[in-house]
Amino acid sequence: MYSEAETIMTDNRQVWVFVEQQEGDLAPVSLELLGKARELADALHGSVAALLLGHQIAQWADPVIAHGADVVFLADHPELADYRTLPFARVAIDLIREHRPYIFLLGATPVGRDLAPRVASAVRAGLTADCTDLQIGNWEYQGETTRDLLYQIRPAFGGNIIATIVNPKMHPQMATVREGVMRLRAPDPSRQGAVRPVQPTFADGDLGLKVLSREVRLPTVDLRHASVIVAGGMGVGSAEGFDLLHELAEVLGGEVAASRAAVDAGFAPAERQVGQTGVTVRPRLYIACGISGAVQHRAGMDQSSKIIAINTDPHAPIFDIAHYKIVGDLRQALPRMIRAYREKRD
Amino acid sequence: MTYNCVVLVKQVPDTAHITGKAMKEDGTVNRAALPAILNPEDLNALEMALQVKDQYGGQVTVLTMGPPRAAEVLREALYRGADRVILLTDRATAGSDTLATSYALECAVEHLSAEIGAVDLIFCGRQAIDGDTAQVGPQVAEKLGLPQITYAEAIQSLAEDQIVVQRALPLGTEVVQCGLPCLLTVVGSANTPRPPSVRRVMAYKLAATPFELDALLTQWPEFGAQEALQSYLADRGLQITVWNAADIGADPSRVGLAGSPTKVLKIHSVVLASEGSQTFENSDSGLAELIRELVHDYVL
Repeated sequence: MYSEAETIMTDNRQVWVFVEQQEGDLAPVSLELLGKARELADALHGSVAALLLGHQIAQWADPVIAHGADVVFLADHPELADYRTLPFARVAIDLIREHRPYIFLLGATPVGRDLAPRVASAVRAGLTADCTDLQIGNWEYQGETTRDLLYQIRPAFGGNIIATIVNPKMHPQMATVREGVMRLRAPDPSRQGAVRPVQPTFADGDLGLKVLSREVRLPTVDLRHASVIVAGGMGVGSAEGFDLLHELAEVLGGEVAASRAAVDAGFAPAERQVGQTGVTVRPRLYIACGISGAVQHRAGMDQSSKIIAINTDPHAPIFDIAHYKIVGDLRQALPRMIRAYREKRD
Repeated sequence: MTYNCVVLVKQVPDTAHITGKAMKEDGTVNRAALPAILNPEDLNALEMALQVKDQYGGQVTVLTMGPPRAAEVLREALYRGADRVILLTDRATAGSDTLATSYALECAVEHLSAEIGAVDLIFCGRQAIDGDTAQVGPQVAEKLGLPQITYAEAIQSLAEDQIVVQRALPLGTEVVQCGLPCLLTVVGSANTPRPPSVRRVMAYKLAATPFELDALLTQWPEFGAQEALQSYLADRGLQITVWNAADIGADPSRVGLAGSPTKVLKIHSVVLASEGSQTFENSDSGLAELIRELVHDYVL
């Protein structure tokens, strides 16, 4: 489909970020990545370039520069109005072959996870999915040291291990990064950058897929930015049982989340799910109510600054990572906490 | 029109059901204690392919790459309705990352097409539960030069060489139309996989790769010799096809560790431990103390 590629090795230290748009705005994860890319590029004495693809999107170049890009490759074309794999992949692959970046990062969103493997396969680059951290470091192998590689750090095996992956020989070093794990840095409107228009050249096969319809619900909850999360599991017992969690969340100014088991049982909607297959959160305080603490759940919340666990089972694994343990019934504990907080505040 | 369907599946450790038994004393997972299963979303992919066959006719070929014991998941596919199964196994492919795996699968699908004719539809699970990367499907599509439809939840229509597919996205759905051939990665919400049929279990329980003949002879000593068993299996179509890297014409430098750009620098097991944890009584005074401490420490 694409001309057969040789593998790429590059001398430059360009760090590229695919900038995604979601419902007429820049995706938060792309802004998070621009900040991280800036940090990596500074450590490498390199530069940050953003790939901005779409139609009538020139207005996004300034915020992308303010968030850390030195160069914005801007492909503005009617065929790029909606995300489709092949036209987007074509633009990215052609740019990578021309400029041979050192690192290429994408958000681990449905779009990023669709696009990244397509591009990685075509340019024969290594790709690590769903990274939760990125660092720069060396790789020693058979007496040879490769310097300044991208450490791609991710949970694997159902969250039971943390693996650090490197791509020593084949560039770009590609990774998708989970939403919400890199800190969003404040934009600097005084930053200067160059906008480079890109004229895409599509092949016949690139435009064969048609989007017939698209229905998108806007998220009604924003777990990733909540500083306090009150989460419920099977121990909550019912959808009505979650009312108490909502009450505590409201008093504390937080959001309500749920484990996968509670979502599967119909106690809470899927958009509130935290864990390996849900959202990753790291609030200031995570209150786990009636959650046993399976590794899949912990993978989505164990970076929380402080964790309170409330469970009737003193041996529940959640207690192993909790800072504050309450063994007992959440139906008594939550009203007591609500009362105590109101009294303290008043 | 009938459709030539190929389903790519993977045998994985059952990471979703890690029980106390699979945990070592140091808090890490004992992988050996986990059962090996057919990756759950690959079952959804197989079901979608079988439904295409049920409705339009054609055949469903299931292909896996893995160690010899991965034949277990191929029998599972036969029990559920696959027409033919193929095991791609070779020590040279051990340690393949997703790029090397997708290259090997590309070679295997091309080799298969040479045998059975052009493939119309390739189905994969969205992702495997051991790595959760969701990369192999799109990478195989790219290598074969096919369009990809990820997160496929339902085939809304299939007519001649056009398919309309509903994609399940976390916050909505999208309906796309695409020409064949193409590759679909299927999500778990797509369908309920049919269970193994008793009739097919009876028919295929002896289906075996050449690696399994010794074990089968121990189990069924009445066959006496491998040759007798082999001809019995051959007569009934119970020999599972096995290919190695040379059979499919794979370039040795592009499979296994040699063909894998990603290297594991280090692995550390997640050890469950929290230091300095405090226990609070589930009482008015106990929880008032907790709230006081949280406020004092600026957590609240």
